[in-house]
Amino acid sequence: MSDRLILGIESSCDETGVGIVRLGPDGSLELLADEVASSVEEHARFGGVVPEVASRAHLEAMVPTMRRALDASGVELSQIHSIAVTAGPGLAGALLVGVAAAKAYAAALNKPLYGVNHLAGHVAADTLQHGPLPQRCLALLVSGGHSQLLLVEGGLANSITEIGSTVDDAAGEAYDKVARLLDLPYPGGPPIDKLAKQGNGCAIAFPRGLTGPRDAKYDFSFSGLKTSVARWVERAERAGEEIPLADVAASFQEAVADVLTAKAIRAAKDLNVDTLVISGGVAANSRLSGLAAERCAEAGIELRVPRPRLCTDNGAMIAALGAHLVAAGAKPSPMDLSTTPGLPVNTVQIL
Amino acid sequence: MLVLAVDTATPAVTAGVVELAPDSPPRLLAKRVTLNAKAHGELLTPHISDSLEEAGKTFADLDAIVVGAGPGPFTGLRVGLATAAALGQALNRPVYPVATTDAIAKDAASGHPLLVATDARRKEVYWAAYDAAGRRTDGPHVERPQDLAEKLPALGVQQATGEGAEIYQDVLGLELLQSKHPSPEGLVAAAAAEVLAKARPAALTPLYLRRPDAVEPTGRKRVTRA
Repeated sequence: MSDRLILGIESSCDETGVGIVRLGPDGSLELLADEVASSVEEHARFGGVVPEVASRAHLEAMVPTMRRALDASGVELSQIHSIAVTAGPGLAGALLVGVAAAKAYAAALNKPLYGVNHLAGHVAADTLQHGPLPQRCLALLVSGGHSQLLLVEGGLANSITEIGSTVDDAAGEAYDKVARLLDLPYPGGPPIDKLAKQGNGCAIAFPRGLTGPRDAKYDFSFSGLKTSVARWVERAERAGEEIPLADVAASFQEAVADVLTAKAIRAAKDLNVDTLVISGGVAANSRLSGLAAERCAEAGIELRVPRPRLCTDNGAMIAALGAHLVAAGAKPSPMDLSTTPGLPVNTVQIL
Repeated sequence: MLVLAVDTATPAVTAGVVELAPDSPPRLLAKRVTLNAKAHGELLTPHISDSLEEAGKTFADLDAIVVGAGPGPFTGLRVGLATAAALGQALNRPVYPVATTDAIAKDAASGHPLLVATDARRKEVYWAAYDAAGRRTDGPHVERPQDLAEKLPALGVQQATGEGAEIYQDVLGLELLQSKHPSPEGLVAAAAAEVLAKARPAALTPLYLRRPDAVEPTGRKRVTRA
């Protein structure tokens, strides 16, 4: 069998992504295009993603982003073998733009359509950089909207089981909220990471959520941490002290990275898994990847973290997941496919 | 010319295949319409494929696409525009946006000054006014029916059509015509001159008429008592 070109479309949050991946006869993946249009700057003054603003931006960006992906890869739409699109989870109005466009491309070109899971796409992104996943692996997915521990068995097209998730805020959401407390810009990840490098992560002992002996072993909680940072800052302000911003940022970041990595390593040990993939926007955080590398090395676990560009939302990861499904011989989704804003992670494809 | 018409600016999910020739009204070959304000995303593309099949045509046979650009509830409205834009790109065919109210006015073809009002939800209507020849003289706007009613004498319309006109008939007090949702022929008629002239299409800009509901945060939320 010859090469097959898989198109991926992503529009679940504030990034319009179009990716093109070449699926080789041996199942290998080659990334040919990865174009992203982000509306993040339009959301910054609101301190978070405004769904209607994001949806409007997707509609404007869809066709131009597709054009750029085709130009960058030298591929024509008629050469595409299959089309994958994020069908959930995500913002309802945002998802709908990508799915509507994907259906139209698929119908006009008479190509199979795969409505896929955004979260599984984040894990698939790693296979574009590090090759096929082992038979069993653990994925820590951390972003502005999600914080989950997933067990992937027999490949992405086969089985994904959620073994833990946040019970309140996502890790990235906590970053955004703490950034606001410290008068840092949105999104909060990069400025906190930068500031934290000048601070002492052990300066303030912020709480590690859900780490008590009776707490859920693999679940996360970050809203208490955020409140704790707020209380600490407000107390210091009341006392007329100067706020040690770098120490607050570093100590907050330490608490997040500590809990995420400790629980991931514990799960890997408990489940007897020797590979950990960290993906999602927060995977780009230097302390998270640094601490994960340290702890994985100690525990004899192989750590895989895709480059930052592949960690954040993009169309390439959706094309990659589509390629895994096509390679596994999955049936296409129906053309009356609906978007599912709350799609659970164990549903890799909507049929 | 073979024209595909789509509209998702009202609760109707509308797709149709229309034959357009100079000097004659658009002729419908096939259409699929479902009244379901929550199914635009699911049904539009299947409706397009089914219409083409019933008309005995393929996507490659199409010469142009006409799409209703609203005004209409945003989420549904975007389905039609995203679908039409992607089809146009995939098929390399021009996509002509028309005001959905224009298409409804074409359908009514009453020969009298006409108000077209669709349901904008939140107790408001999207409206536009047309003269006896069917040319748009005002709008589209979004407004409370009570405020629109005060403007009616100045607009000089006697008749009204559209779902908004029906819902608020008692407020508007106009004779109601039966052409609630835009038909494929009406959509194509509204763009006929440009389609036949193979004019360069206008940008596919949705007629939102409202800004997104979003408020900029002010100050920091305190978690302790001030």
